[in-house]
Amino acid sequence: MSDDRIKKFEERQKELHALSDEELKERFWQLCNQVVDPIVDLAKTHTSPSIERSVLLRMGIDSITAHGVVDRVREAGLLGKGAGHVVLKVAQKTGLDIRGAASAILDDKDILTGLF
Amino acid sequence: MTQQEHLDPNKKLDIEHILENLENYHPHRKGWTWREVPPEGVDMGPFHYRNMSRPLKNSIGLPASKYFDHIDPQPSCVVTTEIASGRFEDDIRRMRMAAWHGADHLMVIRTTGQSHIDGLMEGTPEGVGGVPITRKQIRASRKACDLIEEEVGRPINFHSYVSGVAGPEVAVLFAEEGINGAHQDPQYNVLYRNVNMYRSFVDAAEAKKVMNGARIFQIDGAHNANATAKAGWLVMPELMVQHGINCAFSVAVGMSKDLIGLSTVPPDAPPAPKLWFDLPYAVALRDFFSDFKMRAQQNTRYIEADIEEAIRTHTIDTLISMLTSADIQSTITPDEGRNVPWHYNNIRGVQTVKQTWAALDGIKELVELKKDGPMGDMVRDLKERAVAFLEEVIETGGYFAAVEQGFFVDSAKYPERNGDGIVRDGKGGVGVDTIVPRDPDYFAPVCDHFGNNRIPAGLSKPCDAIDGCTLCKPEKIVYIDELDPEDSCNKRLEETYPYRKGGKIKPEAEWAGDGVILTQFFVPLPEDYARVYGIEMAKKLGLVDPEVVNLQVMHPAEGCFIEVKGKVGFDIDLSTLKVPEKEILLDEDILREAVKKIGLKVVAATVGEDEHSVGLREILDIKHGGIEKYGVKYHYLGTSVPVSKLVDAAIETGSHAILISTIISHNDIHKAQMKKLADLCVERGIRENIILIAGGTQVNREMAKETGLDATFGRGTKGIHVVDAMVKILQSRGVL
Repeated sequence: MSDDRIKKFEERQKELHALSDEELKERFWQLCNQVVDPIVDLAKTHTSPSIERSVLLRMGIDSITAHGVVDRVREAGLLGKGAGHVVLKVAQKTGLDIRGAASAILDDKDILTGLF
Repeated sequence: MTQQEHLDPNKKLDIEHILENLENYHPHRKGWTWREVPPEGVDMGPFHYRNMSRPLKNSIGLPASKYFDHIDPQPSCVVTTEIASGRFEDDIRRMRMAAWHGADHLMVIRTTGQSHIDGLMEGTPEGVGGVPITRKQIRASRKACDLIEEEVGRPINFHSYVSGVAGPEVAVLFAEEGINGAHQDPQYNVLYRNVNMYRSFVDAAEAKKVMNGARIFQIDGAHNANATAKAGWLVMPELMVQHGINCAFSVAVGMSKDLIGLSTVPPDAPPAPKLWFDLPYAVALRDFFSDFKMRAQQNTRYIEADIEEAIRTHTIDTLISMLTSADIQSTITPDEGRNVPWHYNNIRGVQTVKQTWAALDGIKELVELKKDGPMGDMVRDLKERAVAFLEEVIETGGYFAAVEQGFFVDSAKYPERNGDGIVRDGKGGVGVDTIVPRDPDYFAPVCDHFGNNRIPAGLSKPCDAIDGCTLCKPEKIVYIDELDPEDSCNKRLEETYPYRKGGKIKPEAEWAGDGVILTQFFVPLPEDYARVYGIEMAKKLGLVDPEVVNLQVMHPAEGCFIEVKGKVGFDIDLSTLKVPEKEILLDEDILREAVKKIGLKVVAATVGEDEHSVGLREILDIKHGGIEKYGVKYHYLGTSVPVSKLVDAAIETGSHAILISTIISHNDIHKAQMKKLADLCVERGIRENIILIAGGTQVNREMAKETGLDATFGRGTKGIHVVDAMVKILQSRGVL
């Protein structure tokens, strides 16, 4: 295995030798982009508890409430909708403001049922 | 308003004032700031500098600056210092000291373990090896920085870390509170913090987008491979790959290139032939990453207990920056290898850069790197290895597969493998299985959000749905003061009050009143005995918790240099300290007039078997601002002159005074010479009519009385001090 890798490297090195400095640099960046492309797609299409808490912070919700709300939203299987989206829906449904809606999610276990 | 609006250089930072009204404090400005560098150069004192930024309004120069009109040239790059006392209320005092010495990038290290805390911390609990990063801590520190930057006259970049499992939240906190720079590198989480790899990258995209919105400058984490790999100088191709991945990922998620910096360390340290590894690496990086900024760090991998060794290595690191380029020059506190850095070692780190930069100003106009020799081959080889590394990553199935197979932080030079690389499992790590696919109707009603977001029709920006997010309306930010009053700065400030404002004095290394001091000495014992002796001696001196922090063998049998730290167990009351009143000098014109009136004449010489002449010439000669400048006539008799010859000369010339210089002080010979002069003048019957003055490096003002002279002077004395003393003596004797 190891010998194969070294051999392969030597072949690669021979090919790379033929490139000019500029071409080598271009190749470096092209490969870097190729490595990160699928990861960028993963990031575009996924979210995480921390991302969702960061959304709630930006909505003017304190860090402790944001933590509790994201836990509830996750337990309810609604993280894929966006925690901010959930809070907004609760606000629209109950007539509460954003902070009030966030508190309501912590106080009322059933409030998330049938929201979507 | 009771807030401090401006700092007074003669007053301490008032921590209690900083903490007042924090709930309503918002930063004066946001985003990163570079130094102002005049393209035509900077003229300071007698010199023209080619690569310097504008000087500061208030600063403290290098010790030698007193010989050069007190100039304090400031490098063109931003200069970093890292501060990590564990208590922000002590950190901010250190920030002020560091800023006065030229640091404008203040990096606050986080408390151990914060990267694994799933959420934000609040309040001001005490940290270990850093501070818990919280809204209150940042707000208080930023507020202090706002005052300090006004005091020194240059913007301060306040910096911390967006890493761990709460990255996006931390990034929002930083954006809201005006943090100017931050480390953000998803690879760092994966490799060094064992955060799940998918979670780390998904979070990083959001964090970077938020940072970009607030123009927070980003530094990556690749340098950690230097500090971790057993042979840091061999991992260079991999480091280029790590830098490349973070840069490419950052750009792909929307970060502006001018906000992206590489954290790069010259990987070697003497006795290794450093330049042969570090210079080609520095050149290769700057070639490939020409669109990005360079944050040049100093080496930590091979730094241990010896401060001078660290400083020498860091000087060479700075030389490498100057031979290539650095947008930010970071400094490592030279005591980092032996303890959590102390106040004054931050200053020493900054001084290393300032001193090197001034000495080598404009070096690129004088010397050129030879790129067609062996360096060209080494540069090219590193680049090819980095590209081949990437090709193998892709062939293996991409980044995540490569991490699972231990591609990274292996200590062999690629493509060789030592098999000691860090292996992480995609199905493991902190935060595993926590990322969730976004539904087609996923919505986040806030700004600077990354990725798929179905914004309802009719909104011009996503936060219109909630009438503005905190990034658009800072008044919406919720400020939490404290969660645990027992573990808070208020409690600590009560305890340290006597040492900050109560008139009790103790030395300090990190915290107000910690009492920590360092002793340095030579002991004629072999290593094992020297260590034990160091502790015993410190105990007898009364030091609490003594610890040997450095020991160097001078010779296996003859002895060791040793440094022992310990705590001073007592306070001294400020009111008991009697500071001698400063001598107020007579006006120069009055002095000149008095000298002229009496026709003041002196004889002068260096006495005993002593060939030193420089000090006395400076006191005498007009060109050094000596007594001649004020009209005094002098007879200089030279060096190694017997005291009796001076007395004879004084009588012969009718001089008013005898000035002697005595440098050599073995067995108190200097004092003996001074006494001899006084005694001889008494013997010859001229004591009452003559002024006797002595000076020297080991002489001080208090020695006049014990030796029977009229005045004695030590280091830093100028001609005017001597003239002033003579005129005052003549006045008191009624001669003038």
